[in-house]
Amino acid sequence: MPRAPRPARAGWWTPAALAIACPVAVPVLSVALSLATPRGEIWSHLWLTQLPELVVNTLALVAGVGVGAVVLGTALAWLCVHHRFPGRGLFEWALVLPLAAPGYVFAFTFLGMFDYAGPVQTWLRGRLGHGFRLADPGAYASVVAVMTLAFYPYVYLLARAAFLEQGAATLETARALGRSSWEAFYEVTLPLARPSIVAGGALAMMEALADFGTVATFGYRSLTEAVYRVWHGMFDRAAATQIAALLLLFALGLLALERSLRGRARFTQSRRRGPGVAPVALAGGRALAATVACALVLLVAFLVPVGQLVVWAVQTGGPERIGAALVEHLGVTILLGGVTAGMTCALGLALAYARRLSPSRPVRLATRLAAMGYAVPGAVIAVGVLLPLAWIDHALDALAWAMLARPLPLLLTGTAAGLLFAYVVRFLAVGFQTLDASLGTVSPHLDEASRSLGASSGAVLRRVHLPLLRRGLLTALALVFVETIKELPATLLLRPLGVTTLAVDIWTRTSESLWAEAALPGLAIVITGLLPVVITMRASGLATPPGT
Amino acid sequence: MRRIRLGFRGVAVGLILTGGFLAAGALPAPAQTGEVVIYSARHYGQEPAFEAFTKKTGIQIKILNGSTGEMFERLRAEGDRTPADVLLTVDAGNLWNAARAGLLQKVDSPELQANLPAHLRDPEMRWVGTIMYNTKKVTPAELSTYEALGDPKWKGRLCLRTSGYIYNQSLIATLTRRHGEAHAEAIVRGWSQNQPTIINSDTKILEAIAAGQCDVGLTNHYYLARLVAKDPAFPVAPFWANQQTTGTHVNVSGAGVTAHAKNRANALKLLEFLSSPEAQQMFADVGFEYPANPQAAVNPIVARWGRFKQDDINIAAAGEFQAAATRLADRAGYK
Repeated sequence: MPRAPRPARAGWWTPAALAIACPVAVPVLSVALSLATPRGEIWSHLWLTQLPELVVNTLALVAGVGVGAVVLGTALAWLCVHHRFPGRGLFEWALVLPLAAPGYVFAFTFLGMFDYAGPVQTWLRGRLGHGFRLADPGAYASVVAVMTLAFYPYVYLLARAAFLEQGAATLETARALGRSSWEAFYEVTLPLARPSIVAGGALAMMEALADFGTVATFGYRSLTEAVYRVWHGMFDRAAATQIAALLLLFALGLLALERSLRGRARFTQSRRRGPGVAPVALAGGRALAATVACALVLLVAFLVPVGQLVVWAVQTGGPERIGAALVEHLGVTILLGGVTAGMTCALGLALAYARRLSPSRPVRLATRLAAMGYAVPGAVIAVGVLLPLAWIDHALDALAWAMLARPLPLLLTGTAAGLLFAYVVRFLAVGFQTLDASLGTVSPHLDEASRSLGASSGAVLRRVHLPLLRRGLLTALALVFVETIKELPATLLLRPLGVTTLAVDIWTRTSESLWAEAALPGLAIVITGLLPVVITMRASGLATPPGT
Repeated sequence: MRRIRLGFRGVAVGLILTGGFLAAGALPAPAQTGEVVIYSARHYGQEPAFEAFTKKTGIQIKILNGSTGEMFERLRAEGDRTPADVLLTVDAGNLWNAARAGLLQKVDSPELQANLPAHLRDPEMRWVGTIMYNTKKVTPAELSTYEALGDPKWKGRLCLRTSGYIYNQSLIATLTRRHGEAHAEAIVRGWSQNQPTIINSDTKILEAIAAGQCDVGLTNHYYLARLVAKDPAFPVAPFWANQQTTGTHVNVSGAGVTAHAKNRANALKLLEFLSSPEAQQMFADVGFEYPANPQAAVNPIVARWGRFKQDDINIAAAGEFQAAATRLADRAGYK
């Protein structure tokens, strides 16, 4: 006798989601709540001097980077998935590589190469006379260009995965109905991939919102820069935190925008059946243009900065400087990145799934707050993590004195546990957004069908969703890993004594203007980041994913 | 089917790894007897001195590098449980703020008193933040004071770091202390009306001056010494500012014993060693700084630039004016 279908209940997923999201939301909340006791004099000073300018600058930056990354990432993904042209096999995975180069490394190599005293302009002056000056693109254009080149891979990765997931049937129907390749893209491919593209764009924009290294390098005045100015210049961390809370509002706006853009149009597909989309072969001038466009992006966004790192590394002594210290830093970096990726994606998946099962208000609110850590400047969120951890440590210590009459060492502050928690707070958004977008493309009918066959919600996740999500999960793991190994402010503040990551090593040198000395750890971080990115690309199938 | 299980096992392995790592991280580090733990916001040129200290005394040193504001927060949050014995930081204003926040304890020892002049009790090394000029395009006669950099003749010829840069804040803080806020603001407005090119690195400012992008700039002297050590013909020279008036701006980096140091005795030993002629000589040789201990000699590259009159304002006390300095720079439009 067939069992009666169980009602689709979220079961323990809701409390589990709340149990994950609430602690992760604490640092973000502590930043937000700082607004409860406003530092009036600092705000009135900022209002009179620069606040309007900073707000406009920040909005312009985020908008510029968002548009840049979405356009570039989507165009490149469309070109590489749906077309055939010389070099496409290489570009398809190589275009993700800029993801592995930290923005701050990119910024200082870029500046080292193109500023007035750098080799490019010096060479041009030698050729064109001493009075020659390359038109200064200005801080805004420089920052947007650098960030677009650094962050477009988020969009590229997610858009590409979405394009690959799409069956050939829809697109071919469109083409059969007389649509050109471009029209078919615009009317069919793009709307279907919209959730992924929007998710990628949101990640790029949140990065732009929280970035300090790049804006500081180019002297662009954003709210993030003001956070540091108030903190380090006026020694007023409370006021600095309040400016960061303003950034949180921006991030909330971004997320709302993302939801509404993704929103009403909900496209789901069952597992793609049949062959993938057959790429259109480009010929002649079009093929050449496609190759040149991809090559140009790859050159500027990856080869030039990495080339500069190689030159510096050779200049400062080359291989003999690869000592035990570098190897040790590399090991620590990989360990922290790996553990964080595993943890963050597991938690992110649980949240995304809980939300799918029961999009109730508390769950939605908690996940939204928990995913906000990504848009707050790293140092601010790091302090938001530090203070509650230290509070718990002191409370535990007092307890230990009362009960055992002996002190406890610091269990959370300045330990691996505290640092990992900070990473989760910072990067949960990356894992969650990626997996949530992936999960969104799976038809709810599959859940209903499985549940009606008596499978528990856990079994549905394990046996139905995980296989479908393999690509999304790999992408999420790689993204979080790469983010973690690049992370600087939280690592600096919360790392245990004696733990040095590659990012910290780079920072100690660049903070003293010793860029050339930072080249070797810089290269190490790029190579470490490359591996998971390339493996993910391979594992998720290249041009023609395996058919069923 | 196989794929499903693999996927899930992967997650499980990740979680187990995490658990193990958490446990390992939570374990208290084995306490090395006598080890001195330093929280350091200074990351250059001190390693030889630390190694010499360990060699001489057998006392091990552990260093946690960081930036000043964050280091203060960590020290404050850890409170009486902090593992840090010594706080090493750059900039006198930072030292003043650390002391005021109760992060440091008072130390006194005959050796420190003997090694360091009275007005530099905590600090260990010094540097000079002064005007740098292109030797081919500017003659020293055209230069005089920090204040005079607001003269319209420098319009478009000036390179500065941002006003958010701690050493510029300290310079403006000393100007504020000396001239009052309104006058200091007028000076800084003069600079910003000359539309300085903002370059956020001392080394890059010097390279920009050498390449002719700008003719004068403000940097710390040791960055120039590093470049000159590599290329003796580097076409930039320091101009000792304000020689006819108040003297050239001097800043310091210094160390203090933390308020809750577990290892006060050894920490003090370290401070005494750092102020000794031997260690000060290392700082002078490696980092091109001016030793605070008069018995140590200035590096020959730096010595070549000659003697000069120092601003004798109490630089640490300028920390009090740092916030005001940042605010007036904002008002004066100095980015």
